[in-house]
Amino acid sequence: MELYAILKLVWALLLGVLLIGLATMVGMDMGVGTLLRLVGKNDSERRTALNIIGPHWDGNQVWFILGGGAIFAAFPTLYATSFSTFYIVMILLLFSMILRPVAFEYRSKVDATRWRETWDWAFLVSGALPMIIYGAAFGNVLRGVGFHFSWDGQYYQDQSFIWYLLNPFAILCGVLSLSLSVQQGGAMLMLRGEEPIYGRAQYYAVRAGCLAALLFVIGGIWISFMRGFAYAGPVDPAMASTPLAGPPVVMRAGAWLDNFRAFPLLWLVPLAGLLGMLGAAFSLKANRPTLGWWLGVLAWLGTIGTTGVAMFPFLMPSTTMPSQSLSVWNAASSAYTLGWMLVFALVFVPAVLAYTSWAFWIMGGKVRTEKVAKSDHSY
Amino acid sequence: MIDPTVVNLSRLQFALTALYHFQFVPLTLGLSFMMAAMETVYVITGKPIYKEMTLFWGKLFGINFAIGVATGLTMEFEFGTNWSMYSHFVGDVFGTPLAIEGLMAFFLESTFVGLMFFGWERLGKEAHLAVTYLVALGSNLSALWILIANAFMQDPRGASFDPHTMRMQFSSFGALVFSPKAQAEFVHTSIAGYVCGAMFVMGISSFYLLSRRHREFALRSFRMAALFGLVSTLAVITLGDAAGREDYLVQPTKLAAMEGLWHTTRPPGEPWSLIAFPNDATRKNLFNFSIGIPYVLTPLVTHTFDQAIPGIAALKIQAAARVENGIQAVLALQRFARTGDPNALSRFKFYEPDMGYGFLAERFAPEQDLAKITPLDIHEVVTRTARASIPNVFVEYWSFRIMVAFGFIFLVVFAFGAYYSLRNTIEKARWVLHLAMWLIPAPVLVALYGWITAENGRQPWSVFGWLPTFQAASTHSLGYMIFSLLGFACLYTLFIGAELYLMFMYARLGPRGGAARPVPAAGPAALEPGNAARSWQ
Repeated sequence: MELYAILKLVWALLLGVLLIGLATMVGMDMGVGTLLRLVGKNDSERRTALNIIGPHWDGNQVWFILGGGAIFAAFPTLYATSFSTFYIVMILLLFSMILRPVAFEYRSKVDATRWRETWDWAFLVSGALPMIIYGAAFGNVLRGVGFHFSWDGQYYQDQSFIWYLLNPFAILCGVLSLSLSVQQGGAMLMLRGEEPIYGRAQYYAVRAGCLAALLFVIGGIWISFMRGFAYAGPVDPAMASTPLAGPPVVMRAGAWLDNFRAFPLLWLVPLAGLLGMLGAAFSLKANRPTLGWWLGVLAWLGTIGTTGVAMFPFLMPSTTMPSQSLSVWNAASSAYTLGWMLVFALVFVPAVLAYTSWAFWIMGGKVRTEKVAKSDHSY
Repeated sequence: MIDPTVVNLSRLQFALTALYHFQFVPLTLGLSFMMAAMETVYVITGKPIYKEMTLFWGKLFGINFAIGVATGLTMEFEFGTNWSMYSHFVGDVFGTPLAIEGLMAFFLESTFVGLMFFGWERLGKEAHLAVTYLVALGSNLSALWILIANAFMQDPRGASFDPHTMRMQFSSFGALVFSPKAQAEFVHTSIAGYVCGAMFVMGISSFYLLSRRHREFALRSFRMAALFGLVSTLAVITLGDAAGREDYLVQPTKLAAMEGLWHTTRPPGEPWSLIAFPNDATRKNLFNFSIGIPYVLTPLVTHTFDQAIPGIAALKIQAAARVENGIQAVLALQRFARTGDPNALSRFKFYEPDMGYGFLAERFAPEQDLAKITPLDIHEVVTRTARASIPNVFVEYWSFRIMVAFGFIFLVVFAFGAYYSLRNTIEKARWVLHLAMWLIPAPVLVALYGWITAENGRQPWSVFGWLPTFQAASTHSLGYMIFSLLGFACLYTLFIGAELYLMFMYARLGPRGGAARPVPAAGPAALEPGNAARSWQ
């Protein structure tokens, strides 16, 4: 395999790692936001719940930013096309994402019920909506999207946004993603929270895990019969990165299972996902929140991994011009860019993981309601 | 066909969201370093007042920081959502500094900002100080990578166009990172942030001194801010001069517009224009009126006494020649893309340096198609394109002048502030206190004028000389743009309202007020300085 092809492959894997990191860390905070009104019945309980992720939400959010940045750098054509094609939902996603930091910082700074109630609703919207959109984006990409390119590389959209907003499979994926984040957020609330937050978080997290497992199985069956995409002939993975001159692509039902058929070992990936969801639900039920949290990571790994394996090498197939479908081979950056980015990733990703873990360790332990009320910098 | 209205709305949205975001960034840059300095003094001397200072300014920092982070998200995604052609065309180069910024700087800043606020009891003094420094380092590194990315748009280095992938491909990491433009922009912009932070601290301290509250706290904060601000303003002015010289070297159209030079200068006597009213339609100054200082412009811009600076008329003639070549380049490229004809490729290679000007001409070609230009209308297309290659002179001229004028005003205020503060007579110099208080928002607004100077001057290009702004936008419908613009307008208005409300409230409460007890039920009464002051003393 040529070096360029290996670099593309490595970056496809790194993209997966990033999306899993994003889902785990941001998803956890989103889950807490979604659960805020349910686990906290009064203001001091809600403040406690917020302060559980208080020291970390900002750092976690960078996974989201880095996700955008890394797609931009490693798969620029994918970044340009997907963000523009999904404009309406991307803008909604942005609106809810920018609402969240402000909600964190401003909510508890004024002691007035209406002010705080308003921000609590903002937490719900800015927690649930992004996770639904995140999942729905995967769903839509699996179904294929209507777009094509002109000769100079500009994309043109061939479908109205209603089509990707209201389609049942995407909604299923959206709810799956929301459930996983509720599970992860619930686990975190259990880790650092005390009764009554602990018990309420447990109630919702266990149910969310079971719902996720159910939706994951339904989604899996759906994908097996769904129209997938496949290259009609041999592809040169080291091809010049342009969707304009790609080999022909065929659409056929069941094509998303091709990779699993070719390499049956890959079935372990969805299996791991299912194991993660059910395992997490059981561990949380059995009052083992740490184990539950890590199994939640496994659940995300299995879910995103399954999507990646099913679609590989496609990233965003086109239904209206299949030969211009974006794939790992034709949407990546140049070898030079991928190489430099890899150097930076190899140095800084371990560093980020190290100091993030350190920050979690420093701030570890139960968050107590009395302390939150006293501390000057609490949310 | 590209819809000009959609392009203009995309530009409007980007400009508004970027300007909005940039209201908060300079304060983050400046305050983070000032907090680190205060905490350093605390750790060294052990005096609790410095901890109180760090905590209080940290609280205001937090209010500002949250909204800066939130609105920064928009920027990271807007290239993709609204500038698809841009993202495709330069993503291979431009994406890299953005991704590195996230990886190297943003993670650092955001992870440690949590520890900075929440870690006071869990970390030792020295460890907490290190955390504060890491936040400051992170936010400044973040500015570095963003400005490296921006410098690429101003002066694209380290990349070349690849006709096989129809985009610019990265060829030299060193050339991108060590671009003189990037270095000049970074130091000028980040230190402008320090000026904003210094004025913020000095202004609020002045408010306390004027209302005779928190005296010791305010005096110490004032002195630190005045000294920090004085040094920073001196640096900003010097480094701004270096940034201007870079414009002269690589963006002559920007420089000519900035100085309102309709005609090439005659060194060395050419005056530096102080007041004029450039009229873009007639391409001369209103009433031919201009006041300037002779013998200043040439050494100021060129750092010599004999180099002429090309004026707009001359630049348009140069552009016209490039437009004619550029049209050939794009036509050849188009043929190569469609047929793979090697002759077309070699023809393209011949005209390649002027390709961007060909793209620029598309907007004025019949049906926006260069192939439809006939010998009858080529002259008009070329003339109109050449005219469009000049940015709006009035905006450029005045935003630059406002920026410079305020820079000198800040210098004077900081100098007097530092002087009286060092002589311990600042409380008697009430005019300095009043001025400093009223000038709190000024450095931020001036930083925005700096941004306008830099980005309006880049027009009509997205990537200077390579990709026109007109071509760079996503092919959205009008409805999409109205939807997002309305959403941004509503959300951002709410945010700024909440931000200012909290800032005023906490600034008026003062250090001990904010720290000891939660804030009382907010009502209009809390906004009255007297009431808030009385209730906390």
